[in-house]
Amino acid sequence: MNNYVQLLLSGIAVGSLYALIAIGYTMVYGILRLINFAHGDMFMISGFFLIYIAAVPHMPIWLALIITILLTVLLGFMIERCAYKPLRSAPRMSVMISAIGVSYLLQNFATYFTGGLAQAYPPIPWISNEIEIFGVTTKLITIVTPILTIVLVLALVALIKFTKIGMAMRAVSKDFETSQLMGIKINSVISMTFIIGSFLAAIGSIMYFSYYEQVSPTIGAMPGLKSFVAAVFGGIGSIPGAVIGAYIIGICENLIKSYPAIADLSNAFTFILLIVILICKPNGLFGEKLSEKV
Amino acid sequence: MSNILEIKDLVVSYGGIEAVKGISMDVPEGQIVTLIGSNGAGKSTTLKSIAGVVKPKSASILLEGMEICGKSPDQIVSAGITLVPEGRRVFANLTVLENLKMGAYLRKDSIKADLDYVYSLFPRLKEREWQLAGTLSGGEQQMLAVARALMSKPRIIMMDEPSLGLAPLVVRDIFDIIKTINSQGITVLLIEQNANMALKIAHKAYVMETGVITLEGTGAELLANESVKEAYLGKSK
Repeated sequence: MNNYVQLLLSGIAVGSLYALIAIGYTMVYGILRLINFAHGDMFMISGFFLIYIAAVPHMPIWLALIITILLTVLLGFMIERCAYKPLRSAPRMSVMISAIGVSYLLQNFATYFTGGLAQAYPPIPWISNEIEIFGVTTKLITIVTPILTIVLVLALVALIKFTKIGMAMRAVSKDFETSQLMGIKINSVISMTFIIGSFLAAIGSIMYFSYYEQVSPTIGAMPGLKSFVAAVFGGIGSIPGAVIGAYIIGICENLIKSYPAIADLSNAFTFILLIVILICKPNGLFGEKLSEKV
Repeated sequence: MSNILEIKDLVVSYGGIEAVKGISMDVPEGQIVTLIGSNGAGKSTTLKSIAGVVKPKSASILLEGMEICGKSPDQIVSAGITLVPEGRRVFANLTVLENLKMGAYLRKDSIKADLDYVYSLFPRLKEREWQLAGTLSGGEQQMLAVARALMSKPRIIMMDEPSLGLAPLVVRDIFDIIKTINSQGITVLLIEQNANMALKIAHKAYVMETGVITLEGTGAELLANESVKEAYLGKSK
């Protein structure tokens, strides 16, 4: 029984992290119809940011965290400005290839700069403490992660639903040209989308590496891919979809890991799920429904 | 009557092909000006160039003497020019009210009075305030598109084929609305394939063919013009 509680808790925690990354994929897709392959690598770079910043003498950890988040947001903003914006009117495939290029650039940059070896993530006080819940011992981060994730997701949904910029985001995701006619500066809206996505990836990165405790240049690939699958599973473009998809994948993965006979297949499960979803329900659980009258 | 908008030598090319080949037009303040012509004549391109979403190869577009050619669409909206795009293009995933708020995107002042104003023009929209725009009928969507444009408090409203694909009765409503809007002092620049209706309400009219202006005159003059009758109104008239 305790074993299952443990599995469920860690499944929820991992699912939350996938959710934070998946939102970045799904929002960018919703607006630009672009799968931002560099998103997972940004998550990795964010991990290295904290390692190097926290290593600065006399740097308080809270300040290091804030700087890490700001730098990650800046990185996401710059990637969009340098690699995607010049291709705004290019065919979608060109932008996608540019995204793959950025992904490898970040990985190679990280390998060059860090020597390619995994490095230990600095322990963050308080959330790395151990606690006992439902009779199992776990790190506090396991509990904090889902709570923080839910709060952020609700805040984001409210932003999109009730604010002017959120309305503009929805308008731009539907129709670039007409949005321009309303006086919406689409480049600002797109930048805003990358800023939000990078912010959530930075938070996800802090949690993820506090949990797994080390960062290497290629570590972004797997969580990045799984979050992407979560976004597709939930219906790409849909934020609630991405969150629910992420939780399903996180929990299933941890349950599979608990059976020694199939434990090695936990990664394969995610991708089998992707194939099944694409065949049976290509729009995902909450994919865009077409309600227009023509 | 002074011209609120003057277009001089507008040239627009798409991938080396000139869609608009150096046209000039004057839009007098407070009037309805229409631009008629067949498909592919370059009418929509002309309006999009004025709105700033298409970059002309060369042109001078003066709004009360101020050069607006080359400005960004948001600057042009702020300057008081709005475009109701062809095919309505309402934001189907937004509610009616949200669509109207998008129309007032650049405004910092209160939009309450303007909401009441567009609801008085289009009572149907008030009833459907909370409905997603995608669920409206074609005529209602066209009304929403016009109302949305009015929310920016324009001085000039440009309309691209507002009657396209609508039932005759609805078309008449739309034209009545155009006259009402105009009577309240807003200058109208209208593109139509329904030349008959457009010429009847227009103070001034231009005929455009394959990127050039071939005729101009008052609405009544062009209605009576033999070649216009033949090409756009049907011979039997």
